[in-house]
Amino acid sequence: MGVEEKLGNMGVVTTTLETAVNWARTNAMWPMLFGLACCAIEMMSAQASSYDMSRFGMELMRPSPRQSDLMIVAGRVSKKMGPVLRRLYDQMPEPKWVIAMGDCASCGGVFNNYAIYQGVDEVVPVDVYVAGCPPRPEALIHGVVTLFEKVKGEKFKDMAGA
Amino acid sequence: MDTRLEKIVKVLQEKAGATYEEFRGEVHVVIDAGQIEDALTFLRDEHQFSLLSAMTAVDYWPQEKPRFHVIYQLTSLTQNLSIQLRMPVNGDQLKVPTATRVFEVANWREREIMDMFGIEFEGHPDPRKILIPDDLDGHPLRKDFPLGYEEPQFTFNFAEIDLRKPYAKE
Amino acid sequence: MSEYQLQEIPVGPYKHLVSERALSGETMILNLGPQHPSTHGVLRLVLELDGEVIISCIPEIGYLHTGVEKNMEAKTYLKAEVMTDRLDYMNNMGNNLAYVMAVEKLVDLDVPPRAQALRVILTELQRIASHLVWLGTSGLDLAAMSVFLYCFREREIILDIFEMVSGQRMMVTYFRPGGVWRDVPVEFEAAVRDFIKIFPKRIDEYEALLTKNPLWLDRMVGIGKLDAATALQHGVTGPMLRASGVSWDLRKARPYMGYEQYDFNIPTDAKGDTYARYLVRVQELRESLKIVEQALNKLPMGPVRSDNRKFVTPPRSEIGTSMEALIHHFKLWTEGFPAPKASIYSAVESPRGELGVYLEGDGGPKPYRVHWRTPSFDNLSVVPKIVKGHLVADLIAILASIDIVLGDIDR
Repeated sequence: MGVEEKLGNMGVVTTTLETAVNWARTNAMWPMLFGLACCAIEMMSAQASSYDMSRFGMELMRPSPRQSDLMIVAGRVSKKMGPVLRRLYDQMPEPKWVIAMGDCASCGGVFNNYAIYQGVDEVVPVDVYVAGCPPRPEALIHGVVTLFEKVKGEKFKDMAGA
Repeated sequence: MDTRLEKIVKVLQEKAGATYEEFRGEVHVVIDAGQIEDALTFLRDEHQFSLLSAMTAVDYWPQEKPRFHVIYQLTSLTQNLSIQLRMPVNGDQLKVPTATRVFEVANWREREIMDMFGIEFEGHPDPRKILIPDDLDGHPLRKDFPLGYEEPQFTFNFAEIDLRKPYAKE
Repeated sequence: MSEYQLQEIPVGPYKHLVSERALSGETMILNLGPQHPSTHGVLRLVLELDGEVIISCIPEIGYLHTGVEKNMEAKTYLKAEVMTDRLDYMNNMGNNLAYVMAVEKLVDLDVPPRAQALRVILTELQRIASHLVWLGTSGLDLAAMSVFLYCFREREIILDIFEMVSGQRMMVTYFRPGGVWRDVPVEFEAAVRDFIKIFPKRIDEYEALLTKNPLWLDRMVGIGKLDAATALQHGVTGPMLRASGVSWDLRKARPYMGYEQYDFNIPTDAKGDTYARYLVRVQELRESLKIVEQALNKLPMGPVRSDNRKFVTPPRSEIGTSMEALIHHFKLWTEGFPAPKASIYSAVESPRGELGVYLEGDGGPKPYRVHWRTPSFDNLSVVPKIVKGHLVADLIAILASIDIVLGDIDR
């Protein structure tokens, strides 16, 4: 991660750099295609006409984890899919964020049984949870904007010396 | 019952010792495991029941004789008829003949029944698990397999569930 | 950083399914993993490749297994309907219809004519919405990206109608045993008529972009041929079967919900390749629109729910004034209604094929066994046969043309 790790806590010098780096990160965050079930269709609707997500910098969805920063887990994660999800998350380079889209990714949703993880935070650490079954495209965009607010508040000293 | 179905059911009763029941316009014929492959071939070749619409099983635990019923739903496109065959399977005798030689769709359907119920189909060309992950033992659709219901986390029990929930590490 | 090594797929578990050249290492085993931009969901394919040519293809499913069949056994008949929308998530109204018709057959419940007509209109609109997603994602897979944006623009209009009627865009749970949840608002007719007016020209737009396009023809004609005998042996139904020459549609063969009153055709094509499936589905868009228009013109007045208070909750307006209505409402939602100790099988025509429900009751308020005969499961089982000898890029076109939905397959 280079510069941010080494700079750490250098006071005023780092605040402008932080703002610049966070601005760059939020303006062109590329999500990884991880649509599993019904929420994937609403994610596609959010990407398509009417609720265009390209306005927020997410012009393309990269299927490759090596080229993306954001993983939107859209849909129910079954016990068979869990290790695959974890492996893809590990393959993403830092900095990376995770949005748990929908009720099934946040808490297991309607399905409280042997086959579904009760929340994807049992597999990967989650930054933003978006509720809804499925969340409207506007709700997903609200979740993305909330994530941008969170990223804008990130400080170098939290990432220093990692 | 449709007259064409009556003739078919009569033949099945004579040749295979089957019993039948009717409910809401449907015909359910109960056939033994030893006769099932011949019955399916007979229906497919002589009476043009060319589509195996559905194949599934039901668990009647704790009743052991029979414990399961395997259900075959056959459709004839040319005559627009449907018939349902039921095969009883005892709890201690879980090996039954396969239907893959008669209908190819039974390949995947029987894999699903093997996975979910534990009934073994002899002569199946590809007996691997299909839906359940390898690390989950057991047969989920049996009545003695638990649902896996976890206590939901409300505000009054938020803290105690938070402690035992397996959150992911970085 | 990552403790996962790059793993080779061992031939071991697939020894009986691949050719001998794989065992000697002459051909390569490649994993088209569960996460892939073009597999329409979490489908994993293990391919045996000789260069780019596919020698064998082994689908691995179960990555979206949700345990719906077991979970529905733990809920009453009314409450279990919520899970039905989430099975085949492109066809929510259709899944509701299949389940509700099965419950009505089991307990012998009548449905008033206005509810039947509303069900037909909304199911056909859902069929149009599902085919639009199919067309958009097929275009996206084969790099015709503007078709994706156009199709989703029309789909938004249909989702607005669904939201007006039931409050939700996708997971509607609008049909209930005995009728529908509530009557449609006054703006419904105008909205549907607006849609009927603009949609035929939009279908012409899609056809102008794709049907005679040399690139589209090049990628689709002659690819993935499926003949009728193989299709029937594999239990294939729906547009895939109709594109192989067999004219079988449950709406015409075993009409339900009043489909016999409406005048529509069943498009078939004898060639059985990917292009034939494309033509059949585009023609189905036009036919569904005809049905919507006829049903809307004939929409009768009357109640939207059955009167049988032992199974159907009373309308909200009665609860304030009648004591029995309050008690019925309370009992039906907390305890549920008992069903006879018998089993039925009821099937409808979904956009993918025959969607059947095997429902068995045990005299109590919860279903004893619910099995969903989903069309995508059987449609996918024929893929290993039809991709032999094609290139990997053709496999993508074939998967797009089958129109599978993984929620349907894995349940």
